[in-house]
Amino acid sequence: MRIRIDRGRCQGAGQCALHAPELFDQSDEDGMVVVLDDQPPPELRDKARLAEQLCPNSVIRVLEEEDG
Amino acid sequence: MSVISPTPSPVPLPTHRGCPFDPPEEYGELRRSRPISRLAFPDGKVGWLLTRYEDVRALLEDLRFSSDRRRASSPVRAFPIRDGDPRVPGSLIGMDPPEHTRYRRLVTRWFTVRRMRELAPRIERIVADHLDAMERAGPPVDLVETFARPIPSLVICELLGVPYAERADFQRWTATLFRLDEPKESVYAARDALWDYMRSLVAIKRQLPDDALLSQLIRGEDPSAGLTDQELTGLGQLLLIAGHETTANMLALGTFALLCHPEQARALRERPDVVDNAVEELLRYLTIVQFGVVRVAREDVEFAGVKVREGETVVASVAAANRDPERFPEPDDLDVTRSAAHHIAFGHGVHQCLGQQLARMEMRIGYPALLRRFPTLRLAVPADQVPLRDDMFIYGVHQLPVTWQE
Ligand code: HEM
Ligand code: SF4
Repeated sequence: MRIRIDRGRCQGAGQCALHAPELFDQSDEDGMVVVLDDQPPPELRDKARLAEQLCPNSVIRVLEEEDG
Repeated sequence: MSVISPTPSPVPLPTHRGCPFDPPEEYGELRRSRPISRLAFPDGKVGWLLTRYEDVRALLEDLRFSSDRRRASSPVRAFPIRDGDPRVPGSLIGMDPPEHTRYRRLVTRWFTVRRMRELAPRIERIVADHLDAMERAGPPVDLVETFARPIPSLVICELLGVPYAERADFQRWTATLFRLDEPKESVYAARDALWDYMRSLVAIKRQLPDDALLSQLIRGEDPSAGLTDQELTGLGQLLLIAGHETTANMLALGTFALLCHPEQARALRERPDVVDNAVEELLRYLTIVQFGVVRVAREDVEFAGVKVREGETVVASVAAANRDPERFPEPDDLDVTRSAAHHIAFGHGVHQCLGQQLARMEMRIGYPALLRRFPTLRLAVPADQVPLRDDMFIYGVHQLPVTWQE
């Protein structure tokens, strides 16, 4: 699994950092998304998918790949 | 594609509630039979009402619709809050990208998940102080006066650098702005008073800066960010209003709902692991932005099978959407253990609530602390005598008389 973001669309609502703090944070400069881990381990994949669904601006894209 | 036929004659927004916690019954009927219906506005214009979760989300993502409140009709008031007057600089809620984006990026760093976690100890202290004062006063008390209103008010004042001692004035102006049957003159007078107040506060902060948000914005670590006094006033005013009227109503109405559902209150009191879910569920179930979120079509738009004309106002009922059975099973049940994270009580799209992490933190700390301090907390009047805020833009209760065993 790989996480891709389109940071230009982010509005810093923080749904990602709230629900998947292991994977996402918000920058101290402008509050917009920062990816902490773009290849989440298996136990965090559900959280990555939840962040993708909850993001109000379709910033986060989770690409399911065969590799680990 | 099936074309949904609009209602032959437009109807006004349903506002009459049967149960204090449920949106008006007509919403359910509309969602089933005419999820996109013609809406008659008090100013005589006609627009649209959306009641399905998927449609509401789609609208709020769609940048062919504008947030410019000066062009929109209000579903519950015959005059707009900004009538022909110039755009309020910095007031991001009424702006569209790319202008909106610029301001949003300037203030978001004060409201991030991490910042709010850092603020938690201070909020816990404030909550504990107010619970102590309640205990000293002894039962019965009005929970709005003693708990729900002062806590978020003090928090937002400290965050912005607004003197809490001056709250009587700006709380009164804010209440006037949000009261439905208020005459135009008094709404505009309150609006101007709030503006002047914030404007002079900005001038003071330029002279005597502190460490709070307004002063930091003035200092503008990034020189290109340098905001004008007008912009600072607009932003400051928006944050002050939004920080006051919202969480306060969630705290009071949420407590009312919990007291009427004792098994839910017990779960929240006894199980720390349900607190996060409980907060999301209360946000969903109560959806205090009761008359929805308003947008205006910038051009003629095909939307979900209907033709929306340029300049028509569309009301997205977040309250109805949050009760959509296609998205939330048994939507009319309050179940603090369910996972309701995908509710849209904070809106959706680029304007999704800037203060949501602050509001969440205040509720996560506030509800359990209250329920644990007063395990016998109950209403001091029959439930049907609690005065409801169906006359205000933001729903809640005007008072909540509560009592407990000492
Ligand atoms: C439970 C409490 C709250 C609820 C239910 C709530 C709800 C909402 C909703 C529905 C919107 C979107 C409006 C739209 O799309 O036109 C919004 C925007 C906003 N809220 Fe909140 N809010 C709450 C608390 C707060 C707090 C505590 C603040 C304090 C700073 C705040 C500040 C804002 C601001 C600045 C916006 C405009 C954001 C933008 O346009 O980008 N809100 N809120
Ligand atoms: S949820 Fe989406 S918009 Fe919000 S901070 Fe994360 S990426 Fe940005």
